[in-house]
Amino acid sequence: MKAIAWLPSWLQVAPVALILVLFFGLPMLVVVAVSFFDYGQGRLYPTFIFDNYLEIFSSSVTVRLYLSSLKFALIVWAVTLLIGFNIAYFLVFHVRTLLWQIGLFLLCTVPFWTSNIIRMISWIPFLGRNGIFNQTFMGLGVVSQPMEFLLFSDFAVIVAYVHLFTLFMVVPIFNSMARIDRSLIEAAYDAGAGSWGILTEIILPLSKTGIALGSIFVITLVMGDFFVVKVMSGGQSASVASALSNEISAIQYPPAAANAMILVAIVTLMVSGILRLVDVRKELTG
Amino acid sequence: MKHATAGPRPWTFYVFASFFALFVLFLYGPMTVIYILSFQGPTGGLTFPMTGFSLRWFHALVTAERVGDIGGAFNRSIVLAVIVALLTVVLSVAAGLGFRRRFPGSGVVFYLAIASLIMPGLFVGLGIAVGFQLLGLDIDWYTSALGAQLTWTLPYGLLIMFAVLGRFNRAYEEAATDLGATSWQRLREVVLPILLPGIIGVALFGFTLSYDEFPRTVLTAGTRNTLPLEIWAMTTNVTSPALFAVGTVTTIVSFIAIGIALISIAVIQRRRTRGSGEPI
Repeated sequence: MKAIAWLPSWLQVAPVALILVLFFGLPMLVVVAVSFFDYGQGRLYPTFIFDNYLEIFSSSVTVRLYLSSLKFALIVWAVTLLIGFNIAYFLVFHVRTLLWQIGLFLLCTVPFWTSNIIRMISWIPFLGRNGIFNQTFMGLGVVSQPMEFLLFSDFAVIVAYVHLFTLFMVVPIFNSMARIDRSLIEAAYDAGAGSWGILTEIILPLSKTGIALGSIFVITLVMGDFFVVKVMSGGQSASVASALSNEISAIQYPPAAANAMILVAIVTLMVSGILRLVDVRKELTG
Repeated sequence: MKHATAGPRPWTFYVFASFFALFVLFLYGPMTVIYILSFQGPTGGLTFPMTGFSLRWFHALVTAERVGDIGGAFNRSIVLAVIVALLTVVLSVAAGLGFRRRFPGSGVVFYLAIASLIMPGLFVGLGIAVGFQLLGLDIDWYTSALGAQLTWTLPYGLLIMFAVLGRFNRAYEEAATDLGATSWQRLREVVLPILLPGIIGVALFGFTLSYDEFPRTVLTAGTRNTLPLEIWAMTTNVTSPALFAVGTVTTIVSFIAIGIALISIAVIQRRRTRGSGEPI
């Protein structure tokens, strides 16, 4: 009897579930399996060896790559959170009409629907040796030599990340803040709370789920990125994912798969740490 | 009064407004510069000054001046994006409706979708590419790359449907049933029209996410590239404003998609407020 009641839902969800299993679930199991394979001359040998993992754990490069990835993730998370929170706060609490709110929100989201690669390379004319920043600062007499650290450096990588990913912080925080009951704030105000008190005692706690969701997006995006770090650092910096993509280009799938497993494990730990703080499913499904 | 809806603005408003303006400049400034530089004169380089105004770099994209197949990649990307958008709309609307009640397994599918959304795309692509290789199947843009992109657009579509359905009033459905509508009539004439603006949003996401997708597609497209893969190849071997010209062209396509979506949503909303005097 019950199964019949659930049947429509099952049928409606089945196609999505099937595609996710076929093109996400099974491929992830393939990656797990391949991480134990042997390889050579571009061929895979289905074995069960731990060599790929042992190599990673015994290499001094591994720690450096992870520290590099974590450094990028931490800096970008802090910067996007600071910007994202303030932008969302402005849109929700300072913009007074709904039409303006929707308009300005769309203004922030439009770049999301354009190419990430193009948005990334659009920093090259700005940050290059003869780029707009150097031309401006030299014209103003602030510096006499072009600043070399701007492009093809960690700085350029972080600028590109912040440019690409801040939106992922703005949208969830905006959603959380927009649901805060205004009368709660009015009541706190009438009871003598100051602006700072309202911010730290009401708005910040009630935006917690948005902040958590945004943090998950930004951290996973940075940890999984390989192309920004490659292009914007000019090959001078590396991250776990960029090293992994080099292994893939060299058709060394098993070590790449083992690396991917370790990275996924670490990112999962970080995400579940954040999830302990909030119930994301409740937030997303309403 | 800080949170009043009338009266003079507090000084903090101007601080936040300036910050917002700077943020918008940060978002759009660099993009605008490359659109301008794509019209660089024939002897100009990758940065200012402009040595003139020409369409030379756009012309370079269609002539055989460089190795690669921009035209073919562009066509494949458009076709793929349309297929992905259609599948994303149909499948995520159906799944969104199915998720309105909790059923055994709903949690599993939900977390599968979330995991698929946040999994680094390169790993998904790696798994699909190796899986196809192990099964002896050829990878191609309309098979493996299509599947890879759906693992990214379907979770987005699902999340948008959750947001849209969260505001959907089920009383309309019940009223339709009470008035004798069959379940098909109820879906076609009541539910779908009400959800239409959200469905257009899902289509926009499906199209643009596919059209610009790179990390999932790079290992799964096979020998015939999509446009983002061509652009990626250009970033390593093209040092002329042709790179910016392709950026301008691809952004125009995105803007057309965004424009069509937003205008249709606005038209629907306007008709509704005119028809009933009350937005749904």
